[in-house]
Amino acid sequence: MKGETETRRSAVGHWPHAYLTLAVLGSLPALNWPPDAPAGQPPELHWSFVTPTRPALPQVENHTWPGNPVDRFVLARLEAEGLSAAPAADGSTLLRRVTLDLTGLPPTPGETDAYLADDTAGAYARVVDRLLASPRFGERLAIDWLDAARYADTYGYHEDYHRDMWAWRDWVIGSLNNDMPFDQFTVEQLAGDLLPNATTQQRVATAFNRLHGVTSSGIPEEFRVRYDLDRVNTTSTVWLGLTIACAQCHDHKYDPITQKEFYEFYAHFNNVDDPAIMSSLAGNVKPLVSFVLPEYKERLENHARAVADLRRRQAQRSSELSDEFSRWREEQQRTVRDEPAAAAPTAGLLNHFPLDEQSGERVTCRRTQRGFSVRSTAEGEKDYWHAGKLDGSIQLDGKTYVDLGDALDFKSREGFSFGAWVFPSDGGCVISRMDVPSGYRGWSLMSSDGKFEVRVAHQDPGDMIRLTTTSRFEPEHWHHVFVTYDGSKQARGLDVYVNGETQPAVVSHDTLTGTIQTNKPASIGRRDSGDHFKGMIDDVRVYGRALSPAEVRAIATPLDDLLAALRGGKASEDDLAKLRRYFLESSDPLYRRLTGALDQLRGDEWRLRARALRTVMVMEEREKPQDTFVLTRGQYDQHGAKVSRKTPSILPPAPVGSPANRLGVARWLVQPTHPLTARVAVNRYWQMLFGTGIVATQEDFGTQGERPSHPGLLDWLAVEFVESGWKVKSLFRSIVMSSTYRQSSRATADLVERDPQNRLLARGPRHRLPAELIRDQALAVSGLLVGQIGGPSVRPYQPPGLWAESANGTYQPDSGGMLYRRSIYTYWKRSVPPPNMLTFDAPNRETCTVRRQRTNTPLMALVLMNDPTYVEAARALAERMMTGGGNLPRQRAVFGFRLATGRRPQPGELDVLLQVYEDQRLVFSEDPVAARKLLSVGESKPRSELEAMDLAAWTTVMSMILNLDETISKE
Amino acid sequence: MTAINPHGEEMGTLTRRHLLGNVAGGLGAVALSTLLASDAPPRLPPSKRPHKVVGGAALPHFAPRAKRVIYLFQSGGPSQIELLDDKPQLWRHHGAELPASVRQGQRVTLMTAGQKSFPCVASKFTFESRGKSGLRISELLPHIGSVADEISVVNSMHTEAINHDPALTYINTGTQQLGKPSLGSWLSYGLGSENADLPAYVVLISKGKSGITQPVFSRLWGTGFLPSQHQGVRFRSGRDPVLYLSNPPGMDGRMRRRILDGQAALNRIRARDLGDPEIQTRISQYEMAYRMQTSVPELLDLSTEDERTFRMYGADARTPGTFAANCLIARRMAERGVRFIQLFHRGWDQHSRLPSGIRSQCRDVDQPSAALIKDLKQRGLLEETLVIWGGEFGRSVYCQGDLTKESYGRDHHGRCFSIWLAGGGIKSGFRYGETDDYSYNIIKNRVQINDLNATVLHCLGIDHEKFSYPYQGLEERLTGVEGARPVVDLLA
Repeated sequence: MKGETETRRSAVGHWPHAYLTLAVLGSLPALNWPPDAPAGQPPELHWSFVTPTRPALPQVENHTWPGNPVDRFVLARLEAEGLSAAPAADGSTLLRRVTLDLTGLPPTPGETDAYLADDTAGAYARVVDRLLASPRFGERLAIDWLDAARYADTYGYHEDYHRDMWAWRDWVIGSLNNDMPFDQFTVEQLAGDLLPNATTQQRVATAFNRLHGVTSSGIPEEFRVRYDLDRVNTTSTVWLGLTIACAQCHDHKYDPITQKEFYEFYAHFNNVDDPAIMSSLAGNVKPLVSFVLPEYKERLENHARAVADLRRRQAQRSSELSDEFSRWREEQQRTVRDEPAAAAPTAGLLNHFPLDEQSGERVTCRRTQRGFSVRSTAEGEKDYWHAGKLDGSIQLDGKTYVDLGDALDFKSREGFSFGAWVFPSDGGCVISRMDVPSGYRGWSLMSSDGKFEVRVAHQDPGDMIRLTTTSRFEPEHWHHVFVTYDGSKQARGLDVYVNGETQPAVVSHDTLTGTIQTNKPASIGRRDSGDHFKGMIDDVRVYGRALSPAEVRAIATPLDDLLAALRGGKASEDDLAKLRRYFLESSDPLYRRLTGALDQLRGDEWRLRARALRTVMVMEEREKPQDTFVLTRGQYDQHGAKVSRKTPSILPPAPVGSPANRLGVARWLVQPTHPLTARVAVNRYWQMLFGTGIVATQEDFGTQGERPSHPGLLDWLAVEFVESGWKVKSLFRSIVMSSTYRQSSRATADLVERDPQNRLLARGPRHRLPAELIRDQALAVSGLLVGQIGGPSVRPYQPPGLWAESANGTYQPDSGGMLYRRSIYTYWKRSVPPPNMLTFDAPNRETCTVRRQRTNTPLMALVLMNDPTYVEAARALAERMMTGGGNLPRQRAVFGFRLATGRRPQPGELDVLLQVYEDQRLVFSEDPVAARKLLSVGESKPRSELEAMDLAAWTTVMSMILNLDETISKE
Repeated sequence: MTAINPHGEEMGTLTRRHLLGNVAGGLGAVALSTLLASDAPPRLPPSKRPHKVVGGAALPHFAPRAKRVIYLFQSGGPSQIELLDDKPQLWRHHGAELPASVRQGQRVTLMTAGQKSFPCVASKFTFESRGKSGLRISELLPHIGSVADEISVVNSMHTEAINHDPALTYINTGTQQLGKPSLGSWLSYGLGSENADLPAYVVLISKGKSGITQPVFSRLWGTGFLPSQHQGVRFRSGRDPVLYLSNPPGMDGRMRRRILDGQAALNRIRARDLGDPEIQTRISQYEMAYRMQTSVPELLDLSTEDERTFRMYGADARTPGTFAANCLIARRMAERGVRFIQLFHRGWDQHSRLPSGIRSQCRDVDQPSAALIKDLKQRGLLEETLVIWGGEFGRSVYCQGDLTKESYGRDHHGRCFSIWLAGGGIKSGFRYGETDDYSYNIIKNRVQINDLNATVLHCLGIDHEKFSYPYQGLEERLTGVEGARPVVDLLA
């Protein structure tokens, strides 16, 4: 909200006259900008397109106040206005301000005491250094960067499915904590993949340009263009502070950027080989970087060692029995025995469809002798039958399926297994029983994009298990695919086998609680009424229990074929190896035991790997660059002239010899002569600290944007930033060390009247904290905060039903420590963002946001009064105060108040606190049930040794304190 | 302004000077007029009303016909062919391929792009002439037919989008691009609220019983670049009709009052010490939150409605969360002066089994939609309430999936679709626009999405070309730059 009036006014009528009407800024020397502009400067060259030079420090009359160069610029302006600076803020206020600003968390009372007690020189500087070194610094700064990068955990468009991008979020936090120079921070995010010998981390950084919203439904080219436009607009808003998007449909009306130049710039980004329409099955889509979660590394290595050991022992045993195998082999070659397909298990077999009918429109279950119909939506003569893997098979053309009716009625708490031989020509569903419109309730085995995907679902996406195999199968070949499920309602109990081998798979969903039963019929070759299979299917088997790996292998190994090959003298090495294994497993108990152990271990390993292996979507260039055209009126299908990659001509050209690709763009942005990058960056940091940027319109440094309130200061900071090697922490240090920053935020009515937005900086900043900080502070002061940095997003409390009402799926809150992580780790679903964040002006993260609004509404009051997050925090805070704050109510009130606000209450304030306490105590003493109810809010349990009535009374007092304007403000 | 706070002394200090201070200090006058003022616009000199002078003219620009809007949004794309666009002649082409001269190479969704044939399907349901006006309305909508003489049917709506997300975004925000404010938030921003105890823009969502569940998203009632307090406030069924409205268990209203008094006392001390007028605003916002804790449950308490009313809206109206219950709540909100009431009813996406699906959807919405019109009328509210009924696009004349005697499906279709409007300055018993024999192309009086939006603004006394907000160097308008115009023929 701050800045709104100004931008509005500056746009009423036409620049620059409207600007001159601004009372506060109107008569200031700032308007003669740049101050040292040569007289012959072409008038059309807007200030922000001129490379900044380090301005001389302005002369000031008061020589005692300025602490560093920042103050000279601020004071010069104040003196020109006839104003003076405010006195320094008191110690506890300043410590809270700087601690919140640099770490996003409040100081502890201990930290405050230590600071107040330290009257040696440099006490404040030491605090600043401590805060800049804290790992919380990266988390604090990342909030704004996540807004800018439109970071979220879901697709955004349409069904808004889940995707995994948090590895990039953790890269940002880590880079900020390591004080990665801003030029490197820029280059790696825009073009880390193009750096020579790019590391995994550098490739992860490029996820920045894959964070845009994506869809699972739409016209591919339309969305491909949308994604590129989003990349261009985000990049230009974040680094250039320019509204380049205006030139998408026509030449920019105000800034000197033509439509052709827009598409020349766009061409750099128009070269990613990502599928525009993401499959709902896929989650993340290429290009990808995969990585193993650090906490799994050691366990995986142990597993791998144990597997290798068992393999070695098996090989040894195999060679010991070499002669026996040779004898067995000769015997097999001599005698033809009628042996069934190697002892496929029969226990628990519910249905078996050999699919050897060869004619007609019925298939029969060999086990039950029940017949089922083959159905097709195609017209004319049909021939469903074809030679198969084992005798005949059914041939499915994308319109045909076998209706299994009410068979296969599985329950989520019982084990089952199913599978078949498949010959996929294209994707489609092998076998399923599922109600797609009702949240994919049921179970299905799909082949898609060369992978198998299994769902066992109650309600997509919040209540289901879904896993997708990672290695691709060859289409137009026979594969045996089999699924086993042990009824555990967990992904670890679900396995996919291909040709008898457990498959590594990515688990994208792992929460199943509800029923998977549905009234929809089961089918071979389709799912609900769609996803028809194309190809052939043979020998479908269904079991009412989870088969063991050896049992699956027995089904998948067609011994008859192998023996036939052996007898015909055509057995390959691979066939012989399979025969050897069959021989060993069927005749040698020791070998069989080793196999059993190995099966179990490898199963565990794959399941572990499924949990350990994560991906993030990144940038990668196409092998053959894609042509780019001007899009007439910005329409994706209206190609105009073909263009080549260039940067806008109004800005200095790229360094000589830099490549015409994203790396060239990144290097161009961070070359020292670039007039915008450093200014825009330092302005963003200034905005974070003072609530408003030196340029109030962070998103627009063009001619329609606001002019800087302190142009010299902006340029001084920008030049300082570049010359110091783009060191972010140094820049923060120089700003927070200034006297300007350290002023008291107390304001007289006259000053408020004259400078309501505090653009002149005649006082310190005071404004409401961002959404994340309000929650994090409550968690911190109550002692609930779990400080773990990074990892998959977490799900704190959220009112039930929100997802299901507007979209699909259900939100299942986490439990335990994950409820109390910092808000930057909260799961962000774009179509239904966390309401307690959105209410406090967090953007929905669908588009790039570089300036949050700051409103003041009754809905905020409701959140702070009633959200279980804050009620539980108030109770935990009350417990802290009762156990550590002393015995007298007065002591406790001081203790609690101080935790939340950083200062001791004045006598008048203390009276109010105590009065509310006494009052509430009385209420609860008359109604002990109410006290217990209040204390039951939240997952954590109150300490039983504390008296409920008293704890409830203090809880209401602490809730009141957490609701104070002071508590949720930086002062 | 004095009526808004039981603590009169608070408002004493909220002088005009402070109000203006707040504009820049964190809370705009806009916010105050929206959330606090019992009458909009605030009593300020025109030059001091930032939002009123946007584009250079005070709001409203001219005498409004409607004070508020109830938008009965039918999400998913209801089929115009079965509901509002009568094409008996289509039976002649039933089962025959859609002529290329009609389709004109029009792009289709990926769901039917692979389809080899595009056979035409006539409506399984018949239409009747209803009321004195003789408007042709489907047998699926007998109740809406009974108010035919109150409504205007538009058969010539047109959208460029053909998939749900872009189409929903387009019709709700005036553009397919993300990040733009919704119609309701524009109105909240421009006109504020008529009720100090309720939000200016309320959203209610219901799910069709047909089981189709295309999503809706918060973007559709979001604020984009407008100040975020203008976003639609979602009202829900259940314990917390507004998120976090209820006090925690164990705390009653009396206790809350005492705590708020203590809190206000502490906030006042801080305001005195620091001089930041934002603190006064905070106190006022807590007072409004407190009032909402009473006013919202009172609004949603349907026990005061009589038996006749429930009979009118249908049995579903007793079940919280249904479209029928939401229609009844919409009327109660209209009575209380909520500016923009938007219902979303999901489930109109009949790609397959359309006849059974649409029948089910119509059972959900027909009776309560008509009841709302009758109810508003009998209470004298229809004249000043603009009611809109429609979705994000229509459905294709050609069949999607199998065409059998009993069943068929239809794909999305943006080239023409039908909606109806009533009250608030709209003609009654009127039909506007015409499509070809296939309900495929518009042949007369095309209405673009932003023509509709311009018409809505017009009914509320706003010239859509003068209603703008500066953002990133542009004077952003709801209705874009493509030359939208209000459909004057629709105006009574």
